[in-house]
Amino acid sequence: MTTATVPDHRGRYGVFGGKYVPETIMFALEELETAFDEAIQDKEFNELFQKELAIYSGRPTPLTKADRLSESNGGASIYLKREDLNHTGAHKINNAIGQALLAVRMGKKKIIAETGAGQHGVAAATVAAKYGLSCKVYMGKEDIRRQALNVFRMKLLGAEVIEVTSGSQTLKDATNEAIREWVAAVEDTFYLIGSAVGPYPYPKMVKQFQQVIGHETESQFNEIHKGKLPDAVVACVGGGSNAIGMFAPFIEKDVPLYGIEAAGMGVETAQHAATLSKGSNGVIHGSLTKLLQTSEGQITEPYSISAGLDYPGIGPEHAYLHETKRVTYEAVTDQEALQALKLLCENEGILCALESAHAVAYSLKLAKKMQKDQHIVVCLSGRGDKDVHTLMEFEEGGK
Amino acid sequence: MNKRWEVFQQSSDYRFTPYIMAGDPCEEATIELSLALEKCGAHALELGVPYSDPLADGPVIQRAGMRGLAQNMNLEKTVNLVSKLRERGLKIPVIIFTYYNLLLQLGENRFLKLAESSGVDGVLVPDLPYEESGYLQEMCKEHNLALISLVSPTTREEKLERLSREAEGFLYCISSLGVTGIRSEFRAGLDDFLKAAKRNSRVPVLVGFGLSTREQILQFDGSSDGFIVGSAIVKKIEELESDLLTNREEAIKTFKSYIESLLPVYSR
Repeated sequence: MTTATVPDHRGRYGVFGGKYVPETIMFALEELETAFDEAIQDKEFNELFQKELAIYSGRPTPLTKADRLSESNGGASIYLKREDLNHTGAHKINNAIGQALLAVRMGKKKIIAETGAGQHGVAAATVAAKYGLSCKVYMGKEDIRRQALNVFRMKLLGAEVIEVTSGSQTLKDATNEAIREWVAAVEDTFYLIGSAVGPYPYPKMVKQFQQVIGHETESQFNEIHKGKLPDAVVACVGGGSNAIGMFAPFIEKDVPLYGIEAAGMGVETAQHAATLSKGSNGVIHGSLTKLLQTSEGQITEPYSISAGLDYPGIGPEHAYLHETKRVTYEAVTDQEALQALKLLCENEGILCALESAHAVAYSLKLAKKMQKDQHIVVCLSGRGDKDVHTLMEFEEGGK
Repeated sequence: MNKRWEVFQQSSDYRFTPYIMAGDPCEEATIELSLALEKCGAHALELGVPYSDPLADGPVIQRAGMRGLAQNMNLEKTVNLVSKLRERGLKIPVIIFTYYNLLLQLGENRFLKLAESSGVDGVLVPDLPYEESGYLQEMCKEHNLALISLVSPTTREEKLERLSREAEGFLYCISSLGVTGIRSEFRAGLDDFLKAAKRNSRVPVLVGFGLSTREQILQFDGSSDGFIVGSAIVKKIEELESDLLTNREEAIKTFKSYIESLLPVYSR
């Protein structure tokens, strides 16, 4: 199979990955790599992480069969991995707990984070409160507008939310500012990256802390279906943390995997965030990956109705899985995601995040092509409370 | 090593290396600002390439990048601009300051050939640390270009030794953590870091990041062989933007007086 040898000792997934950062923070990455490698070999650290996931975050999250949705769709049955039922409402908390425990183990007192939809910002602010760390969250002005509820939550949790007004005022620019802050404060500050992006070892670390999603799914599905594996696994990808966590245990197994990007207004327009479908190789935020850019290498502004998918790059392992064709990456439009979100609400009583709605939308298409006795698992990466404002605006706009 | 580097390296002056952004506020202004800097005593010139996501830069240089982008300046045009600077008589070494993604998209080989033939002397890529720069380092040597190494107060001792030994052109010592921009004070122990860098270096050791006054510059004379000023000069260019576009002769005069007020008397 494809992944046994990645990442290599230089943090490469094929040609992707690496550490493209200013010299000033190289020592911090080396320090982090050593601390992370030691921590994951340490039984006590792993037990503590698992314990926190269970008694604080509420894991394991259920695997819910979406009976009515599957029936109305008329194809394979659809299961939902309920990351929306985590404490703080999304998968982001898994990684935030893992990295915060590592920060504490390294003796760091301050964390900084970037956020798009606000779920990672809320998760970072939450763990900072829990473990007694100070927390600054960088967030684009446009995302602050779109995600007012999460901004309020972060502030309630004691975090400082720093408005970023450069560029498109979204996740890309928030990440730039967080890295700039990190370069300045690198000696005593832990940068808690929220997705499977960034310089090595971040992509590996985020996968490590998110793979609990896939492992739980595998054993829950196995229990229901007596040793079988799912016939397809679907997850949305922006940076790709829920997807890489969901895919982790299945990559070496014979299970079709689907990563769903945001096609926004359509991949044929300029208004999308479909990095793998339309991007090219380049360097963004510390790693070589696929990204949306001009022919001269200027990074272009992505677009999606979903703030969490509105990112011009993608985790380097996804770029590798795309290139090796191990994972099929498809793009779903705003409209398709919105329709799927409504269907899920009306049929299952679950309001999912707009990000997750992209995965649900694709699973509906996929299920129609499959047999009734086949099974798809979709990662429902988060809940949709944060998106109510966007949904209301959309409804009022009569679209 | 080419003649321009020889002159730079053999100089006994406290070397002045200014940074300006290509295309800020327009190409002709960049040419005239470069020539003015040489006249004021610059020993080398760093020419920045506008980039949408300059991670190592603070707001002053970010804004300059936006102005350069508005002029459609890019890496290829910046290299071509060096040709024009040579035609207009610029003699000091020119270092292209570019982010790695711009190099990748133009193509490393294409860039190196073009740079060599245009009279470029060095390349500085702030987001390409030593660990990732092996290929470019080798290729730069083949094309007679110096890949400028950056070291910071956080660079590990053995790495600092290796980078100092292998440095080409000059060794760029970052005075303080953080992005480019004006600083009111510098960290303790900076002299020791600069001296450690000088111990093993075959090339001049220059200090940069944050320097904006003559007093700050003089502070490092003795522990370094020269200094780099970026944001303070770029900020002056920003102030003069309108005149540089419409009343250039006058703006260049003002710019020269500013540079003279900045430099230690012996560096002019």
